[in-house]
Amino acid sequence: MTYTREFRNPDVAKHLLERIADTVRDHAGSMTFMEVCGTHTMAIYQHGIRSLLPEKIRLISGPGCPVCVTPVDYVDHAVALARRPGTVIATFGDMVRVPGSTSSLVNEQAAGADVRIVYSPLDAVALAAKHPDRSVVFLGVGFETTAPTIAGSVIEAQRRGLDNYFVLCAHKTIPGPMAILADDPGLQVDGYLCPAHVSAIIGAEAYEPLARDHKVPSVVTGFEPLDMLQGVEMLARQVVAGEAKVEIQYSRVVKAGGNPKAREVLYRVFEPCDARWRGIGVIPGSGLGLRPEYAAFDAATRLPVEVEEPREHQGCACGEILKGKVTPRQCPLFRTACTPENPVGACMVSSEGTCAAEYKYGT
Amino acid sequence: MKSDIILLGHGSGGKLSHQLLDEIIIPALSGVARRDQNDAAVLTHGGGRLAFTTDSYVVDPIFFPGGNIGDLAVNGTINDLAMSGARPLAISVGLILEEGLPLADLRTILSSMKEAAETAGVAIVTGDTKVVPRGKADKIFINTSGIGVFDHEFDIRGSGARLGDKILINGTIGDHGMAVLASREGLDLQSDIRTDSASLHHLVVAILAAGGSAVHALRDPTRGGVATTLKEIALQSEIDITLDESSLPVSDAVGGACAILGLDPLYVANEGKLLAVVAPEAAEGVLAAMRHRPEGKGTAIIGEVTGASSGKVFMRTAIGGLRAIEMLSGEQLPRIC
Repeated sequence: MTYTREFRNPDVAKHLLERIADTVRDHAGSMTFMEVCGTHTMAIYQHGIRSLLPEKIRLISGPGCPVCVTPVDYVDHAVALARRPGTVIATFGDMVRVPGSTSSLVNEQAAGADVRIVYSPLDAVALAAKHPDRSVVFLGVGFETTAPTIAGSVIEAQRRGLDNYFVLCAHKTIPGPMAILADDPGLQVDGYLCPAHVSAIIGAEAYEPLARDHKVPSVVTGFEPLDMLQGVEMLARQVVAGEAKVEIQYSRVVKAGGNPKAREVLYRVFEPCDARWRGIGVIPGSGLGLRPEYAAFDAATRLPVEVEEPREHQGCACGEILKGKVTPRQCPLFRTACTPENPVGACMVSSEGTCAAEYKYGT
Repeated sequence: MKSDIILLGHGSGGKLSHQLLDEIIIPALSGVARRDQNDAAVLTHGGGRLAFTTDSYVVDPIFFPGGNIGDLAVNGTINDLAMSGARPLAISVGLILEEGLPLADLRTILSSMKEAAETAGVAIVTGDTKVVPRGKADKIFINTSGIGVFDHEFDIRGSGARLGDKILINGTIGDHGMAVLASREGLDLQSDIRTDSASLHHLVVAILAAGGSAVHALRDPTRGGVATTLKEIALQSEIDITLDESSLPVSDAVGGACAILGLDPLYVANEGKLLAVVAPEAAEGVLAAMRHRPEGKGTAIIGEVTGASSGKVFMRTAIGGLRAIEMLSGEQLPRIC
């Protein structure tokens, strides 16, 4: 924490804010930067960063919350599996409260389903070893950050000879939607604050096509407030200079080439597949599915269940919010029909969701 | 999606708990208004005032670093009495035991209860024991009720905060919740996080001696943490509070563990902390008096009442930004007190 406090130093923050103000002072027009990572979204709200930036700089939130971008039919599938006799659902916490078409995992849990919150996929493997008579399904949601550990859990389950451990895959990779949003004529993105943890795996080089082909400045940025202010300053300097390149602010963790070892584990178990994103639709090659040699661990094929017809909730603006086109307060359901206690959309549920952040921290 | 059944979140101490109380339980039983809901009821009899409270303990695990469910139950009920400004006199103990509980565990828990009561100078005067079949409870549940008297005329209540008041806390936050979570989940945090469970009535005596009628509200931030408790006070008193993040005491161990787990220490439970809302002219005197007590050594002024009417809580962040603070939504850490 002493180390962390150095990245929250008020004097340094003041100095960075002055430099940002100086950088944009003579620039005509405004600039819109999108933070792609849900943890960035929470950090921006948690530290009150918007309230400190010049009016010319607007921060918008993108599709970087893994729970939020998971479509409703996946939740329905998880609910159907939870109802399957002899099945244990193991998941990171946020997923349990995301509403499906007619139910959620927390409701199924209250009605008697065995839903366990775990802190690591390996905890789910341990559950499978402890309950050989039950099928343990881990909900494989997340970006390149979590996918390697989930791949590791599959390898571990195989090593232990477990035939009752399964993954319901909805992993996604982040550069695809960034490219789509960069070209969206209804959305002016002048720069990306690129995700920190994901970039530690995929490396800053993964954003080169964005800068080169889509002309969007990109800065890989850490989560501490001083990181974020410096990331904003680096983006602003690029915009003022008319440049579009990839820079690494978070150099103490992220390298240009990322983490090849983690990627090796990831791609040993998973392979790219088409994936549907809430609000964006299907993006070819933007998902991760189990390779054929690991098909025995695929909950979707090994544990067949009847999944209800997906039904999106009327009036929910999650899809547009994930694209940065609508802010939470522009959603007619925000704070009325949709609250963290009774969420209508995923963005209100996740601890990385934009609506949850606005509800919790918005002044 | 509103639920028509009880969810674990209804027991979180946060918003769902308040909804359950406001919409179901209180209308059915008593109808007491929100602004009059305090940690203990104040009864008048024969010209004197009595404080009366009850609480149930269902913590998992029942043993954790620095304490167990037994001393937690005794301290918790003493503190509920103390937060109304009362001097605790006596408590009752209701035990619900699950078939299969080792007698050695029960003896250890009872011994801790006795020691906690003796340390606090409070008598355990009555009780009840029930045993339920295996699976119908989780090892042991404890209900404690307490009764206290007032040695003064001061009126301490959640609706008592006023514009300009200072907010004080007697040390680091989140220790209890993180100790229980680390213990339950078997997390190897490589740091010694222990519960802060302690009785606080002697500290309250010191606060009242130093501040007198300038002490407007006291509350212990248990489930839901400091954030939820301050939001309750803001709503009850119809005022706004602004906290200063750089003044908020958080140990490096708890801060680091929260950062790893994605938790906000403001919402993590405490069992040996109190929030005191004190008129500004008395704040320094109360601060000094609290720091003289062993359980108040770490006291800090963490914020003040900055608005008159809307029931909002804000945080001035370390880098100078401003954000809102809401009640805990759903469940951050289940069953921690």
